[in-house]
Amino acid sequence: MNKVKIATAWLSGCSGCHMSFLNIDEALVDLAGKVEFVRSPIVDSKEFKPCDVAIVEGTVSDTDNLETLKSLRANCKILVALGDCAVFGGMTSFRNLFDPEDVLRRGYVETETTKDGAVPTDLHVPRLLEQATPLSAHVQVDYSIPGCPPHPESILHVVTSLLEGKDPRLPRELLHFDSRIKVRSDAK
Amino acid sequence: MTAREIVIDPVTRVEGHGKITIQLDEKGKVSNARFHVTQFRGFEKFCEGRLFWEMPSIMPRICGICSISHGLASAKACDAILGVEIPDTARKLRELLQAGELIQSHALHFFYLASPDLLLGMDADPKDRNVFRIIDERPELAKMGIGLRRFGQTIFERLSGARIHIDYPIPGGVSGSLSAKDRDFLVAEAKQQLKAAVTGLELARNYIEKGGREVEGFSKFRSMYMGLVGDGGNLEVYDGRLRLKSADGKILEEVPSEQYASIINEGVEGWSYLKFPYYSKQAFPDGMYRVGPLGRLNVCDGIDTPLAKGAAKEFKAAGGNRPVHSTMFYHWARMIELVHFMEKAQQILEDPSICSTDIVRSSQPRNTEGIGVTEAPRGTLIHHYHTNERGVITRVNLIVATGHNNLAMNRSVMEVARQYIDGGQLSEGVLNKFEAAIRCYDPCLSCSTHAVGRMPLTVDVLSPSGKLVQTYSR
Repeated sequence: MNKVKIATAWLSGCSGCHMSFLNIDEALVDLAGKVEFVRSPIVDSKEFKPCDVAIVEGTVSDTDNLETLKSLRANCKILVALGDCAVFGGMTSFRNLFDPEDVLRRGYVETETTKDGAVPTDLHVPRLLEQATPLSAHVQVDYSIPGCPPHPESILHVVTSLLEGKDPRLPRELLHFDSRIKVRSDAK
Repeated sequence: MTAREIVIDPVTRVEGHGKITIQLDEKGKVSNARFHVTQFRGFEKFCEGRLFWEMPSIMPRICGICSISHGLASAKACDAILGVEIPDTARKLRELLQAGELIQSHALHFFYLASPDLLLGMDADPKDRNVFRIIDERPELAKMGIGLRRFGQTIFERLSGARIHIDYPIPGGVSGSLSAKDRDFLVAEAKQQLKAAVTGLELARNYIEKGGREVEGFSKFRSMYMGLVGDGGNLEVYDGRLRLKSADGKILEEVPSEQYASIINEGVEGWSYLKFPYYSKQAFPDGMYRVGPLGRLNVCDGIDTPLAKGAAKEFKAAGGNRPVHSTMFYHWARMIELVHFMEKAQQILEDPSICSTDIVRSSQPRNTEGIGVTEAPRGTLIHHYHTNERGVITRVNLIVATGHNNLAMNRSVMEVARQYIDGGQLSEGVLNKFEAAIRCYDPCLSCSTHAVGRMPLTVDVLSPSGKLVQTYSR
């Protein structure tokens, strides 16, 4: 059987969505038998090989992010936005309330312990875009998994549904504001 | 041959994204090597104008791997703004949370990420050096890693209902008490999982012993070390004094952690979004120090739990009771800490007052400044907030754990480049060694890069004008 090829990428965000993916724990072992990760998560190399499914965390916040996203879209059949940053902009888009120049100046010039600082501008660091935006502002997104981060069960549900060719829509009990599950009420 | 530049992109992930460039001179010798961090999000600006009460919910989003640590440092800074002493049980529950954080993070790093290098060898085919290969070849080990990581996260889940970005440490205490049922469950689990932690420690120590000089000398260099210490100079992660030791082991500084700014400055380089903290009484970049497991083991006088106590003594003896400078010894130090925090979690859980419901002291804010310093898995974490009299944030300064090691990671990259690149030739083995050197520091996210697959490396060779000459990739 040909394994389904999955690429995952991390744009501007905290990696919590990828961590939540790892939190499927032992299900990772079963999944390993069915899929091939053509790119490791978190790696946003600018060129991607063709794959079946691309799963993307984070906002589009700098020039590297945009290039990565476009390359992924061009090389995948199904693109999934993973987590609030990718779906809505999330906390990463809080910076949109400020001018990017002011945000950078606070970080590299004004902070109290910083000495003789200047905003990095070398060609090896990407430029910030004017706004940090969700994936859908730039490319077509096929499925969205909301949550900060999405619950591991939600991620597993979507991935296994896609593998089985089923509608990956989340059942009602997996749609909540945050990643909490029933364990709390069961235990107390 | 003309001077040229080699770019390895992406190499690993630190609180975002990173890559390595190597500058060669006309003779093909390494003239410079740099580790670039290429992500910037702006927490220090966009928190301005928000109420300080929100910070323990916003700050964990800095990092999905050590989100608990950011929540704790933030809550400590907010306690100081409130001007309250939190209840004893709240402090113990926070310490329990932090033990869980170190356990899950160290287990993730060692069993998912570092074990392929340690067990299969740094020169193994990158296709095989991943956790799936470990699952095939050593399933019992892979399951131990999964079990330990889950135990740490189960602590978060039982306390808060979530495993990442929990809303549990709050200004003045914590948001929920521990039930007796959950306590009993966690104590039983802690006893069970301690064996797995001890196996991890044995694996790391055997690897160091068997590796001999090649492992001991890999990317080794002298540096200063920094970390918190508690009463009696013991290893401490929640709240202690900030100690800085010289490369020879002399205590250069030991200050209340709120005085961090009296010993740390940060430098900026145009080629990286990660700043470079350094010891402020020395010039930049000479004031390089290291933090994290190696830093903590080197600065503390000992550890106060039974199994880890002996292990720490053995570790210190290996360095002749002076600081241990071998970069690979980070792995050993990390496993000693894993055992310590398993023991410590059990101790805290068995405390008779742990299920008390006296867990929060509230107040209107009495102060307009708060500093929270704690040890995250990767090293010292500093949150510093200023507010106006209504509790609205006016200034934020953050120094994150991986940042402290920025100078050292660059130095390690330079050591590898000097040791293994000659005449501008790069082999697969050299790429692995860059990865392995950086991975010792466990910069945020290097772990997950490796956990589900291999770390792809692309090396661009550039002419001095920046034109692409050749690309190596795998």
